[in-house]
Amino acid sequence: MKQIIFGMGNEAITEGALAAGARFYAGYPITPSSEIAELSSIRLPRLGGMYVQMEDEIGSIAAIIGASVAGVKSYTATSGPGFSLMQENLGVAVMGEIPCVIINVQRSGPSTGLATKPAQGDVMQAQWGTHGDHGIIALSPSSVQECYDLTVRAFNLAERYRTPVILLADEIVGHMREGYQIRELLPHDIIDRKKPTCPPRDYQPYDFSGEEDEIAPLAPYGSEYITRINGSGHDESGDACGRPDNAAKFNSHYLNKFRINQKDIIETKSFDLDDAEYAIITFGCSVRSSKAALKLARQKGIKAGLLQLVTIWPFPKEQVREVCSRVKGVVVPEMNLGQILGEVSKTNPGQIPIVGVNRVDGQMITPYEILARLEEVAK
Amino acid sequence: MNYMDYLKTQKFPLFWCGGCGNGAVLGAIVRSFAALDYTLENTVVVTGIGCWGKADDYLTTNSFHGTHGRALAFATGIKLANPKLRVIALMGDGDGVTIGGNHFIHAARRNVDVTAILVNNFNYGMTGGQYSGTTPENSLTSTSRYGHIEAGFDICKLAEAAGAPFVARTATDNPPAMEKLISEGLDKKGFSFIEVIAPCPTHFGRNNGMRQAAELMQWVKDKSVSVAKAKTMSPEELHDKLIMGKLVDVDGEDYGSKYLRVIASASSGNEE
Repeated sequence: MKQIIFGMGNEAITEGALAAGARFYAGYPITPSSEIAELSSIRLPRLGGMYVQMEDEIGSIAAIIGASVAGVKSYTATSGPGFSLMQENLGVAVMGEIPCVIINVQRSGPSTGLATKPAQGDVMQAQWGTHGDHGIIALSPSSVQECYDLTVRAFNLAERYRTPVILLADEIVGHMREGYQIRELLPHDIIDRKKPTCPPRDYQPYDFSGEEDEIAPLAPYGSEYITRINGSGHDESGDACGRPDNAAKFNSHYLNKFRINQKDIIETKSFDLDDAEYAIITFGCSVRSSKAALKLARQKGIKAGLLQLVTIWPFPKEQVREVCSRVKGVVVPEMNLGQILGEVSKTNPGQIPIVGVNRVDGQMITPYEILARLEEVAK
Repeated sequence: MNYMDYLKTQKFPLFWCGGCGNGAVLGAIVRSFAALDYTLENTVVVTGIGCWGKADDYLTTNSFHGTHGRALAFATGIKLANPKLRVIALMGDGDGVTIGGNHFIHAARRNVDVTAILVNNFNYGMTGGQYSGTTPENSLTSTSRYGHIEAGFDICKLAEAAGAPFVARTATDNPPAMEKLISEGLDKKGFSFIEVIAPCPTHFGRNNGMRQAAELMQWVKDKSVSVAKAKTMSPEELHDKLIMGKLVDVDGEDYGSKYLRVIASASSGNEE
């Protein structure tokens, strides 16, 4: 039976996490993500899982990383200031190749910013906030239904690719209420990390040779395998290793594994793009005003289309390039000063105008602002 | 198991300086593992960053080598997710109670069932001997060339005040006592904390007129008083002294055990 629930984005995120099999949450309360903590604290113990409120966000992400290596799917939720604190250990999850999900319900920044106001300003931070070269996965929901679906997907991608996955939500989708469906997940809808099958003495937690997807199996602590996790430069066994060839191999791997598997990771949605002469490229809450703008534009005779970036990182270069190659102009609405606009521009051969619609006043971009920009571009 | 089975002897010699106390602490830990029948599969050693944070390089157990100061936060997640694991956090003084002080007090307060073994050599050895949160006032370090003007932490008092049910201080000059306290701490249910005073002749010693480890160990000996003797001394007499031995050993239900009740309440719909 398909049950439609009227609920909040943050609730749908929690439901998605539980449906995906997450059973451990560690976090620190912060607006506008706190409903995820509250609901998790109620729901997790009913499922035999655990909620721990840590002393700060540094400890929160550390605890979920630890719990994940102990074999339990784990997540945390936060917003800008907390996400900033998490950057240090986000790097541990990157280099240690630990599956985990970090939900960032974005709010206006920098610093404490406007604590209750929405923004989409953490796009670059999600990719580059932790130091060093590396890839990451970030998904951005634009509706309550997507909050549920993409949270499930975030866990699946985290498990499949042994990586932290960031659900880049925002205050608008997090606090918005609308109908959504808790989709029934069949066993094949849930992905668990690859487990080793070799004899225990041969197990090396970072040996991805012979793995087509470059992902090494990960044994949980307490199994018959010895698992050595290392956030310092390490070799296949997990032992510290400073050899230049080894460092080059692994530091490249932290990016390559996303490149190799990008077809599976990258998701975009297209609306009215088939005959479009102008395109809106956007993500998250800005998709909503963009859809309304699209309708208005079509009514006015502007053949507009919309490319929604569901996956933000790795950036959907091919999909964006393809759209840019066949339209006369692109508008990129986002609640920041042009973070996605820069990425879109990079893919553009340079012949067409690519312009932003940007707000950083804590107010949602309206359809009319986007329409006005489309009209300018189409002039 | 023999204590040597816990050691990656192929990684020897230890990378620590001559006269460093870390090797002696590592020896006491693996002998305790053997005495308590720890298995490699069910033991997780979590390390921070710094000289002592390299200890996992020499161990054959499961390991987690994370970030500076965060060992106890990682250890918290590991232990709570799988209570059957024996989880040991190895931290230095800069690591465990300077950058990591917040995690330290809250892990103690929360009473997570992990054992924290903190090697205190009174300075940041790995980065060249700068002052840490435990550096004694007036001592010289590479960043306090005019004499250190901050008071150093009494870490054991901190652990006790935060609610740790087991707190002990020991030093590398007395290996049997060190091993006994480490074993007791490992065997204790709940958050157990052992501070081991260890010499760093390369930096702290050299900067303070004690180039030889023996001189540093004598300095520690001179500052040391037993728990029994300390009871007969005034606060003034105890100033700058290190009280050695078991300082706290009380019973208290650990976080994981308490959480089982949360699970039971939640499952029977008893929330609110």
